[in-house]
Amino acid sequence: MAALLDVLNLEVRYGGIAAVKGISFAVEQGEMVCLIGANGAGKTTTLKALARMLPSKGEMRYRGDRLDRLPGHAPISRGLALVPEGRGVFSRLTVAENLAMGAYHRPRHESGEVAADLDRIHELLPRLKERRSQLAGTLSGGEQQMLAIGRALMGRPQLLLLDEPSMGLAPLMVQKVFEVVRAVAAQGVTILLVEQNAKLALEVCSRGYVMESGDITLADKADVLAADPRVRAAYLGE
Amino acid sequence: MDIFLQQLINGLTLGSIYALVALGYTMVYGILGLINFAHGEVVMIGALSSLTVIRLLADSGLPGPVVVLIGLLAAALVCMALGFTIERVAYRPLRNAPRLAPLITAIGVSIVLQQLAMLTWGRSYHSVPPLLPAATHEVLGATFTEVQVIIVAVAAITMAGLMMLVNRTKLGRAMRATAENPAIAGLMGVDANRIIGLTFVIGSALAALAGVLVSANYGIAHYHMGFILGLKAFTAAVLGGIGNLAGAMVGGILLGVIEALGAGYIGDLTGGVLGSHYQDVFAFFVLIVVLIFRPSGLMGEKLAERA
Ligand SMILES: Nc1ncnc2c1ncn2[C@@H]1O[C@H](COP(=O)(O)OP(=O)(O)OP(=O)(O)O)[C@@H](O)[C@H]1O
Ligand SMILES: [Mg+2]
Repeated sequence: MAALLDVLNLEVRYGGIAAVKGISFAVEQGEMVCLIGANGAGKTTTLKALARMLPSKGEMRYRGDRLDRLPGHAPISRGLALVPEGRGVFSRLTVAENLAMGAYHRPRHESGEVAADLDRIHELLPRLKERRSQLAGTLSGGEQQMLAIGRALMGRPQLLLLDEPSMGLAPLMVQKVFEVVRAVAAQGVTILLVEQNAKLALEVCSRGYVMESGDITLADKADVLAADPRVRAAYLGE
Repeated sequence: MDIFLQQLINGLTLGSIYALVALGYTMVYGILGLINFAHGEVVMIGALSSLTVIRLLADSGLPGPVVVLIGLLAAALVCMALGFTIERVAYRPLRNAPRLAPLITAIGVSIVLQQLAMLTWGRSYHSVPPLLPAATHEVLGATFTEVQVIIVAVAAITMAGLMMLVNRTKLGRAMRATAENPAIAGLMGVDANRIIGLTFVIGSALAALAGVLVSANYGIAHYHMGFILGLKAFTAAVLGGIGNLAGAMVGGILLGVIEALGAGYIGDLTGGVLGSHYQDVFAFFVLIVVLIFRPSGLMGEKLAERA
C-alpha cells in the first residue's frame, strides 16, 4: 500500500537559489515523523511546499492526490493542515474567529460537527475558551501557539504539519505543547513535525529525517537517529 | 446659527456620499495595499448608467422612486461587473509587481473609463430628472429636503449592512483574515482571488449607490464628475485611516461637514474675498494636514506595516 504522503524529488527555489534540492521521503498513515536540521536547512520551505504555499518541482502524492497539482487553497479541504512557523494567527481577529477560520473550508451541513470539534478543542486547550473574545494579537506567545494548533485542528486534518511549535516558548509551555501534539496523534492524526529541539522531537516521534542545506542526509528510526554520533554532535549538543 | 445648522445638514448629506465612496477605497487598500484611483470613475459610470435607465423609464408611468430604484439596480450591476473586470484585467496580473506599477495602472484605468464615458454619454452636463420626493422642511431656521433625508438614511442603512457583513459573517471573517495575511488565509482554504474579486464587486456596488445619490443631490451628472469626487473620498479614507472601514465612514462624514462649514463661513472669514465656490479647497487642505500631522489617519493603525 502507498504511504499517506509520498514525496519524490521535491525541489523548491527562491529565485535562482535552490532551498530544497530534490528530496524524497514518505509518511505512513498514523505515523509521527520529524524533520530536523540546522537553521536554513530547508525545513520550513519543505512544509510550505507541501501546503502549496510555494511553487515546487517534483511529485507530492497525498492519499492518491497529486498535491503539486492542486491550487494553493486546496490542501486543507483534502485534510492537510499546516501550523506555520511563527504561528501566523490573525492578530486582528478574536480567538473565536481564528478558530472559526480553521473550519472555513467545511461545508455548512457539518456545522454540528464543527461545534463538537470546537468543544473538544476547548477541552484540550482550555485557555482558548477563556480567551475566546480576546484579539489573537494580544495573546502570549504560548497561547498563540495553542491557538495556531487549535485552529489547524478545527479543519479536522488527517495530516498535520507542525513547524517548530516549541519556538520561543518556556520549557513548561514546550511540555504543554508536546502533550497536546501527543494527544492529537493519539486521536489518529498523522504528524510531520519540524523542530529545532531535536532531542524532544526524536523522543516523541517514531521516525526522523535529517536535513542539511536542502538535502535529506539521514533517515531512520528516531532512537537510531538519537544514538547516531553525527546527530548527537550536530543537533543534540554533545 | 442658522447657517451653521444649514451647513451641517448639507455637510452630512455630502459626507454620507463621501463615506460610501471612501469605503471602496479603504476596502481595496485593506486587502491589496493598493489605492484604486479608478474608483471615482466607477462612481461616475454608476451615476450615468442609472441616468440612462431612469430616462428610459421616466415616461413609463412608474412612480418616481421605483424608477430610481430600477436605475440604481442597473447601475449596481454595471459597476459590479466593471469592478470585477478592472481587478481581473488590470490589477491581478500586477499582484506581485512593485507597488508603483498597479498605482500607475490605476491612473491609466481611470483615464480609460473617463474617455469611454465621454464617448458613451458625451461631454455635456446631464440634468437628472427629480424623481425622488423633494419637498423641503424646516428645523430651527434651516431647511432640508426629503432627498437629503433619503440620501443620509440609505447611506446609513447600507453602511450598517456592510459592517454586519464584514464583522458578523463567514465571508466577512475571510475578508478580514485575507486582508491581514493572505498566505495564512489560503492555508485555511480561503481562495484569495475570490475574496479580492468580491471586495471589488462590493466596493463597486457602493460606488454605484453613491453615484445615484450624488446625482440626485446635485441634479446633475457628467463624465468627469468622478475625478474630484474620487479624490475627496480618497481624502476621507486617509482622514479616517486608510484600510479601516469605520475610519472611512467617520472620515467621509467629517470631510463633508468640514467642507460645508468651510464653504458657509469662508466668505465671512475672508471679508468676502473668497466665496463658497472655494469649497473644494478644504478637502485638499484637510488631506495635506492629515498627511503631515497624522498620516495614519484618525482611526488608522501603525502605518507602513505592509509596505
Ligand atoms: N522568501 C525567501 N526568499 C529567499 N530565500 C529564502 C526565503 N525563505 C527562505 N529562504 C532561504 O531558503 C533556505 C531555507 O530556509 P528555510 O526557512 O526553509 O529553513 P529552515 O530549515 O526552516 O530554518 P530554521 O530552522 O531557521 O527555521 C535558507 O537559506 C533561507 O535563507
Ligand atoms: Mg524554519
